Amino acid sequence: MSVARSLLSSVRTAVVRPAGRRAFTSSSSRLSESLFVHRDTDYNNPNISFEFDAANMKRAQEIIARYPPQYKKAAVMPLLDLGQRQNKGWTSISVMNAVAKLLEMPKMRVYEVATFYTMYNREPVAPNFLQLCTTTPCQLGGCGSTKILETISTHLGIEPGQSTKDGKFTFIEVECLGACSNAPMMQVGDDFYEDLTPETTIKILDALAKGEKPKPGPQSGRMTSENSAGLTTLTGKPYGPGEFCQPEFQ
Amino acid sequence: MLRRFTAGRSIARRLAQGQAQPARLFSTSQPRKADITLTVDGKEVTVPQGTALIQACEAAGAAVPRFCYHDRLAIAGNCRMCLVEVERSPKPVASCAMPAMPGSKVFTNTPLVHKAREGVMEFLLANHPLDCPICDQGGECDLQDQSMRYGSDRTRFHEITGKRAVENKDLGPIVKTSMNRCIQCTRCVRFANDVAGVEELGTTGRGNDLQIGMYIEKTMDSEMSGNIIDLCPVGALTSKPYAFQARPWELKKTESIDVLDAVGSNIRVDSRGVQVMRIQPKINDEINEEWINDKTRYAYDGLKYQRLTTPLVREGDRFVPASWEHAMDTIRHGLQSSGAKGDEIKAVAGHTADTESLVALKDFINRLGSENLTLDQSLGDAPPVTGVDVRSNYLFNTGIENVGEADAVLLIGTNPRHEAAIINTRFRKSYLQTGAEFGLIGEDFDSVFEYDHVGTSPSDVEAFLSGKAVKGKGKGENDFARIWKEAKKPLIVVGSAVVEGKDGAAVLKAISKHVLANEKKFVTPEWNGFSILQRAASRAAAYDAGFTPSPTSTNTTPKFVYLLNADEIDPSTIPENAFVVYQGHHGDLGAQFADVCLPGAAYTEKSSTWVNTEGRSQLGRVAVVPPGASREDWKIIRALSEIVGSPIPYDDIIQLRQRMWDISPTLVRYDVIEKPSLEFIKLGLQLLSTPPSTTKAASTTPFKKPINDFYRTDAISRASVTMAACSKAFTKKEYDIASVDEAGSAQASYA
Ligand code: SF4
Ligand code: FES
Ligand code: FES
Repeated sequence: MSVARSLLSSVRTAVVRPAGRRAFTSSSSRLSESLFVHRDTDYNNPNISFEFDAANMKRAQEIIARYPPQYKKAAVMPLLDLGQRQNKGWTSISVMNAVAKLLEMPKMRVYEVATFYTMYNREPVAPNFLQLCTTTPCQLGGCGSTKILETISTHLGIEPGQSTKDGKFTFIEVECLGACSNAPMMQVGDDFYEDLTPETTIKILDALAKGEKPKPGPQSGRMTSENSAGLTTLTGKPYGPGEFCQPEFQ
Repeated sequence: MLRRFTAGRSIARRLAQGQAQPARLFSTSQPRKADITLTVDGKEVTVPQGTALIQACEAAGAAVPRFCYHDRLAIAGNCRMCLVEVERSPKPVASCAMPAMPGSKVFTNTPLVHKAREGVMEFLLANHPLDCPICDQGGECDLQDQSMRYGSDRTRFHEITGKRAVENKDLGPIVKTSMNRCIQCTRCVRFANDVAGVEELGTTGRGNDLQIGMYIEKTMDSEMSGNIIDLCPVGALTSKPYAFQARPWELKKTESIDVLDAVGSNIRVDSRGVQVMRIQPKINDEINEEWINDKTRYAYDGLKYQRLTTPLVREGDRFVPASWEHAMDTIRHGLQSSGAKGDEIKAVAGHTADTESLVALKDFINRLGSENLTLDQSLGDAPPVTGVDVRSNYLFNTGIENVGEADAVLLIGTNPRHEAAIINTRFRKSYLQTGAEFGLIGEDFDSVFEYDHVGTSPSDVEAFLSGKAVKGKGKGENDFARIWKEAKKPLIVVGSAVVEGKDGAAVLKAISKHVLANEKKFVTPEWNGFSILQRAASRAAAYDAGFTPSPTSTNTTPKFVYLLNADEIDPSTIPENAFVVYQGHHGDLGAQFADVCLPGAAYTEKSSTWVNTEGRSQLGRVAVVPPGASREDWKIIRALSEIVGSPIPYDDIIQLRQRMWDISPTLVRYDVIEKPSLEFIKLGLQLLSTPPSTTKAASTTPFKKPINDFYRTDAISRASVTMAACSKAFTKKEYDIASVDEAGSAQASYA
């Protein structure tokens, strides 16, 4: 669990015990990765109203209709996602409450779900939400994710788990996103950028900073995950139907 | 984490409408009763099918260690401490989550089992603080006990990253948390959700970061919250009032009966020297199962404060301590000089008067020629509307154990959550598990089950029961009316707001008529769906003993008033110039009117009989000695009767119990409920359905809840500091949650 989901480091420092208090008789304490309790802040408290807009409400009803009425609450995950999208990419306490209300389930049951899954961001994120995969295949593949991490850090001047001052980028490390064959990779919003090198990474970041949307997918020019060294098999013309068959079947 | 979530309320309702099986829990399996046989450690046992393997092992005498499993809660299967070996199973199995299978061979004592359990223990201890010396659970901690057997004396984890640190939560004035110690068994969460109805408690995060809490800062608003302290197998949830007070091995344990409501919960009083240190539940499946409410559990500190420890005699406007002789003599004098004759001598029995003293006082007052025996409640001066001739007219006939069988429950003028919190948990259980439906006529309350509010006033009772729609009431419209008609085992619970109200007779008439008209459903050999819910511990016994006024005595102005534990008294019922004696254990309301105060014993200090609302008599036991010069109550009355010159004819408790037997054998047939015959029940109902012709028609004045503050209902709980704090936090909702940041020790790992 090295996924640093505590997006704003300020939240974490609030609970870190001052250093130097470790006594002989106590062990050091391992804090959780992020806060698993809610603290009211001026940007995140139950009084900030959140309601699904008309389009999303229609979608929500469609999702709810997929489940038998007595198991309506099964829709909690897609609905939280919907709420997160509408709420600028993060799931505030008001989003959770709105989902609980819509699904007629106790609020705590929604909180449980929202805190269980790391992809519900419980702190605000910037419009460009960079999730860099640093799991083993990405660490090994291509130039290695460590390089990419350094590139992003130095280019944006932030550590994983932080946002840039201009509010354009939030950067975190994540576990495998399932694009290992195109390692290293990162996800920005809903798009995967694969086969990264420090140069392409910087290009992507610059484009994003300008508000552009670089073309997602492998940045090395290859098609999806086909062999980067060029095709080695199935290079000939595929044979048509009936070839090599008895004449009567040709 | 929770396997079973309670389904949303409206869903259950919809299902009920659609005639589908209303399942409020995701999975509810019907137990089949067939027996199966299996072998545990070479020993054959036969258990009902569907029994958890852990129980089968238990039945075979093999103890299985456990943390998350609890026989009264849903199964979670997440601690893995209960691993056992089953033949032909490749891995050890969690015996709590595994049903017992016929013919299987189970081993609980093999090297594999030990290794598995030791492994689990090692993981648990990897993150558990080593703070037993400063932990309140020490001495009764499951983890401590089981680590003696399965724990290793050294660790293989070298704490490079440290031990898991979790913020403490502030759940209110009762539950103290030390969340570093939590082993995530989720017992507390299952209890809160399934039994107490606090759906706000849950788990957040996952894996090593999983923690128990409410996510948002909130207190645990429940009258049953103390039970999670018992349930917690470690010291994560401990008791705030009892914090650092005593160690379990120093305590003397006395099994007794609770008297702060009429349920008669079985309790264990833990005392040290002359002090009650805490009160714990004692298992009784027929009454309180394994739970008690917070008042039962925490009002005990009220036993220390405001006590009357010596007889007091009023001189001018102050009380002067006196000797027993002097106090009794003053009473004799007062009785003479007041000139009270016959019914002018009045006795008032309060909520916590025990049966022995009620009988003694009745005999004493009768000997003085008076029938004016009244109860400390509104309209207590008049003969009770239920009458006292037929027991089933004033008791909870259904039986606490059986309320779960009802498929439709109509609550009339009652808030079971406050009047009988234990019965309320049974309602929640049947609401969740069997889909029982509830209707209420009376004042709305914050309920742990969904009900249809079908009316508010006595006339609504008449209207509802006669099938007329009560318009514009409640959310579910007249849904409940239909359910009520179709119910197979309906239950009517009549609360004290009815019996103590002006319209009591009219309401009972309407109810009894309805019951008689549907007697095939209400009164059968297996089922009695007409129940009166008492709220005072002494009430059923008072009725059984005939401690009620005669019709003629009602209008007499008393000249001599004897208050026995009467602390709810309406001052206007005590004439200015009457001579007043107060006998009781606390200097509460009643004592203020007294000319002489006689210090009695509280329920933990006397061995006395209590009859609960079902009519079950139970024996309380002496845990500590009464403080100062106070004495057991019946002995005080006996002594006084001698001094006044008309001695009551028993000298010891055996003779007194003999006398109780003469009055009503049920008073001394302990722990059983006497079931009356059907004819007799019906006779009682007929009596109720033909009240005297002077009875007025039911009015439209809404019923009023008799209990407004659950935490302050009697002299003991009013003297209790803990109850005052609870009342502030839960009734008035004024509680400042200790903010973690302010406390400065967010990750408080040092206790
Ligand atoms: S607080 Fe206690 S009861 Fe609740 S999950 Fe933790 S160990 Fe179990
Ligand atoms: S390891 Fe990076 S995507 Fe799988
Ligand atoms: S007791 Fe069986 S898994 Fe916890």
